[in-house]
This record gives sequence, structure tokens and C-alpha cells, in this order.
Amino acid sequence: MNAFSSLMDGFGTALTPINLLWAAVGVLLGTAIGVLPGIGPAMAVALLLPVTYGLEPTGAFIMFAGIYYGAMFGGSTTSILLNTPGESAAVVAAMEGNPMAKSGRGAQALAAAAIGHFAGGMIGTILLVALAPKVADLAVDIGAPDYFAIMVLAFIAVTSVLGSSRIRGLASLLIGLTLGLVGLDQMTGQQRLTFGSLQLADGIDVVIVAVGLFAIGEALWVAAHLRRTSGQAIPVGRPWLGKKDVRRTWKSWLRGPLIGFPFGAIPAGGAEIPTFLSYVAEKRLSKHKEEWGKGAIEGVAGPESASSASAAGTLVSMLTLGLPTTAVAAVMLAAFQQYGIQPGPLLFERESELVWGLIASLFVGMVLLLALNLPLAPVWAKLLRIPRPYLYAGILFFAAVGAYAVGGEALDLVILLVIGLIGFGMRRYGLPVLPAVIGVILGPNAEQQLRRALQISDGSVSGLVDTPFSVSVYAVVALIVLWPLLRKLGRGVLKSRRSVEK
Amino acid sequence: MTTTEPIGPAEPSDPTGRTEEAPGPRDRRTWLREHSELGVCVMLLALGVVVLTDALTMDVAIAQRGPIGPKTVPIAVGIGLLAVSVLLAVDVLRGGRGEAEGGEDIDLSEPADWRTVLLLAGVFLATAVLIEPVGFPVAGALLFWGAAYALGSRAIHRDPLIAAGLSLVTYAVFNNLLGVPLPGGPLMGVL
Repeated sequence: MNAFSSLMDGFGTALTPINLLWAAVGVLLGTAIGVLPGIGPAMAVALLLPVTYGLEPTGAFIMFAGIYYGAMFGGSTTSILLNTPGESAAVVAAMEGNPMAKSGRGAQALAAAAIGHFAGGMIGTILLVALAPKVADLAVDIGAPDYFAIMVLAFIAVTSVLGSSRIRGLASLLIGLTLGLVGLDQMTGQQRLTFGSLQLADGIDVVIVAVGLFAIGEALWVAAHLRRTSGQAIPVGRPWLGKKDVRRTWKSWLRGPLIGFPFGAIPAGGAEIPTFLSYVAEKRLSKHKEEWGKGAIEGVAGPESASSASAAGTLVSMLTLGLPTTAVAAVMLAAFQQYGIQPGPLLFERESELVWGLIASLFVGMVLLLALNLPLAPVWAKLLRIPRPYLYAGILFFAAVGAYAVGGEALDLVILLVIGLIGFGMRRYGLPVLPAVIGVILGPNAEQQLRRALQISDGSVSGLVDTPFSVSVYAVVALIVLWPLLRKLGRGVLKSRRSVEK
Repeated sequence: MTTTEPIGPAEPSDPTGRTEEAPGPRDRRTWLREHSELGVCVMLLALGVVVLTDALTMDVAIAQRGPIGPKTVPIAVGIGLLAVSVLLAVDVLRGGRGEAEGGEDIDLSEPADWRTVLLLAGVFLATAVLIEPVGFPVAGALLFWGAAYALGSRAIHRDPLIAAGLSLVTYAVFNNLLGVPLPGGPLMGVL
């Protein structure tokens, strides 16, 4: 079956009333979360993980994907109107968008951003349809050593590429791996780090770790430093674009995905780098250089298109390889585990209805988002007036609901608080949270693949590198690890060359 | 949400990690405050020791399958924790600082408001204690109300109403619509 006919079947799944409802719920929630400060798509999906206990997987993932894409749309609204990015992906949108709003062109900035997201998301999703089955085919016969290599890549990438300090990223990863060790060893039933407690023998549920680190940690951290004065949103009318603006921006909309999609697919920190690169590229290509910094519309259109396309790229790696490249993808991976589904090359064969329904729903969600955001952006901006005590009390409330729903144990709430306090300390001392979450989610699985691979090779370490796939993945890992060294060497060479020229 | 700012003024600490020859008690306190990140190293060290002890005291002769038993990975993780703890300590003593995370609602120019954090943690613990005896609707409402109060909301009439409404609606959605059971408590028994 080719990708096109699978996609058509996917639309059959996505357009059923119940799945349309979940897509709508997802994009509404996502936009709200994008607009709201303090709550990002990763935290939102983490807080919603308990619905996996009651909902069938297709509906749940359609909703999660809607949240992911919706948050990208909503995030740029606050960037433009308030100069405070709702999400890290929307930081760049503030650079040109906010000056535009200040000079009375807020409506155009919002429109350029919304259409940019639409274009980027559409192109990105089309690339996803074209590429994902091919990647899955290529990777279809990968075995334990290859899976282990992918997970090592995820660990290394998430600690080295993100954040400013590798050592702090590594510390965070190890905390996550430790939390993942708690419980019975999956292969032998040996108790590890349970201290004789029956409840700990079940392990610490991923939901509790994700909710604790993302939601409780964040709420406590904000509570300790709550800003008592909040900014005022610039009032703005309905977003629209004149002909002149469209002529200036259509190329930017199309260029954005070329940068965003590949960066989303590799573990390089999601949308932050590609939005910035797109900004730089647009600035260089612009014919209106004098406007930059004062509100150049291309500087909104390009990066926003790149950010939505990067979300699609992220889904390629997550669905075909089980490799999470962003926090949202990591939490979605946890949701797959809750359902006992292993994302990876076989997903397209085994769960074809789920995957293609999910992909088709992305197109549906994109249309819904454009319809929601283009006329309603000023209404969404009103969400910013929600009193902060209610917002963060609400986050704590839903975190408690989610953790309790896992097993109906009051002890889980105590564990949740403890993990939340760890998350608080991590934020205080600049330990990134994402490596810890990836460590908990992938750690136990990585250990199993490692042991399986070594079982096959009868203990010989060469069993870990006996496939071309794993060798190439380790080559990438080596490149990431050695990158700072290579860069230093490169700079040294350049410098010495320059001094020779002088 | 990761627009990070350095905490406090970025002081150029000396690269050797040595402090003045004879630190008075006051100097020592400020030194400790500036290097409070060493506490993270201590925690990582302690965690590493716990993981290693647990792994080394494991009795695995019974059920080992394959060349790698349940001990190997914990030992690797434990050694990793010890190594990272030392490396982080070196980094901190050389003047490296973890940047506190910034955000839209976060004002890092003010000192941390510990009272609010402790109050929130207390409210949360109270919820954990109360949820089984009094049921979710009551405990959840108290959680929301208490947390909003701790965060500075003083709308005496509005807060409890919002808390009760939110808690009841959530209970109904999870318990009845999503099929995730939450304890109703005596209140739901009466209704």
C-alpha cells in the first residue's frame, strides 16, 4: 500500500465525528496553552497523560498532536502582543512581531504568523507523509543493537545539544536513569532501589515523573519568583494582510519549512534553533533591511513557518525510530508506552490505522487552527488576563488529579511532590529537565535492548556494533560528543591561517 | 520558556577556586551562599552512593539470564553519578554557575519567596493525606483554594466557589466520562 492510499484511509479515521472532536479539543487546548504563560505543550500533554487510561489510543494521539501544533500557533500571539513568548519556539516571533504591534501593525503580524504556521505545518506534514514510510522501510529490520544505539543517541543529544552546560545535562540524565531503575528488573524480577517497599516495587510511573518535573516543579519555581506586575497586551483588531504584505511574505512562508523540518527531525532542541536560523536567513535575503528590528514582516513569517514545520519533523523521528527530539515528543513517547505500543519502524505496519489517522488529523487540525486563530487572535489574547494564582493553583490541581489517577494511591501524590521538589531544585541550579524525563522514559527500555543485544552476541561487546545502522548512529554520537573539540580545532586552524596571511 | 538569565551579578570568581587566605565567619557564609550549587554535588554524590550500595548488595545468583545481569546498569549509573558529582564540583569551584530558569511570570530580580513554596508544598501534602478519608471533590477543592490563597489570591467569595466548581466538574469528567475512578468520599455518598 502506498503512502497516498494509506493517507486516504487515515482521513477516514480522522474525519469520524469522535476523532474530529478530539482534534478540535486538542487544537483549542493547544492554542490556549500556547497563549498562557507558565504552561507549555510538554506540561500540557504530561497533565493529560491520565486520559490514556480511559481513551482509545487514536483519539488520545490526535488530541496530543493538536496540542503540539496549537501551542505553536498560540505561542506567537503572546510574543507579538506582549513581547513575552508563550513558548521557547516563539522567542523569535517577538523580535520583529512586537515592534510591528507597537507601530500599529499588530494585525498584520498576527496574520503573517498564523498563515506562516499554517504553511509550515502543511508543508512539514506533507514531507512527513512522503518521508516517514521510507524511513520506516529502511529501518524495518533493525534489532536490539540498533535500538540501543538510537537510545544512546537520544541520551547524548539531549544532554549535549540542549542547554548551556553539558555536565548539568548529564547530571539531569543520570537522575532520570536512576528514577527509571526503581522497581523490579524487567528481565529477572530482581528488586532494585525499592528499599523493601511494595509500592516502589512497581516502579515510579512515567506519568508521575513527567507531571512532577514539568508541572509541579514549574509551578513551585514560578511561585518562588512570581512576577507581581504583568505586562499589558497591545490591543489589536482582526488579523489581515494587504497585497503588499503578501507579496513580501509568501517566499518566507515557503522557505521556513526547509529549515524547520530537518531540524525538527534531528535531536537539536526542537524549534529554537531553526526559528532563529530562519530569522537570520530572512534578514539576509530581505530587500527591506532598514526595517529589521523595527518590525519587518518577513521576520515573523519565516520563523513561524519554520517552527510549525519542525513539529512535523519531530514526529518523523518519533514515529519511525522512537527517537524523541523534543520534550513534547518525549511525553508522547511515554503515552505510547502507556498503551504498550512501541514506536519504531514497525509502527507503520502494526498500528497503521493509528499512525495514518494521526497524520491525517494533522491536516485537519491545521485547517481548524487557521480558522480559530485568524479571526479570533484578539479573543485569545484575553486569556492573558487570567489571575496568576488561579493559573498555577490549577496546574497543581490537575497534576494531583493525574498522579492520583495512575493507581489510586495517595502515596503517589507524595512521590509526585518529592519529584516536583527535585524539579524545583533543577530549575534553580540550571539543570535542564528534559534529559531527566528522557532518562526515565527510555532508560529501562535501553537497558533491556542492551541486555538483549549482548545475550544474542553471547556477551561480546562487538554485538553492539555489528550492523551498519548501529555503526552509523554511533558515528553521529561520536560527532556530537567531539563537536566542541572539533570546533575549537577548526577555530585554531582558522586563526593560525589568518595570522599566517597577515 | 527557556530564556535564561544568570542569577545575580556575574562575578568574576577566581579561576583557581581558592578563596582568601583566612575567611572570617561572614565571608565563609557568603562564600557558601555563592557556592550553594555544591549542594547539588552533595545530592548527586549521595544518590550515587545509594545506587551503588543497592546494586552491590544485590543477590542475583538466582535468576541471571544472559551475560549482563540486573546489577550492571545500576553500577554504571552509580559510577556515572559519582563522576558527575565530582565534575560538577570542579566546575562550580572554577566559577561555573547553573543559570536559574527564566520565564514569563518569573521575576529573578527578587529573592526567592520561600514562604509561598512551603505553603504550597504543605497544601499539597494535606491533599495527599485527605484524599482518601474525605474524597476527591473536597480534597481537590481544598487544594485549589489553598494553593490560590498561598499564591496571593484573596477573593474570599470567589475562590471557594471556583475551587468547588472545578473539583466537582473534574470529578464528574474523570469518574463518569473517562472511566478513571476517583474516590467520592462521604460527600458523594450523600449526594
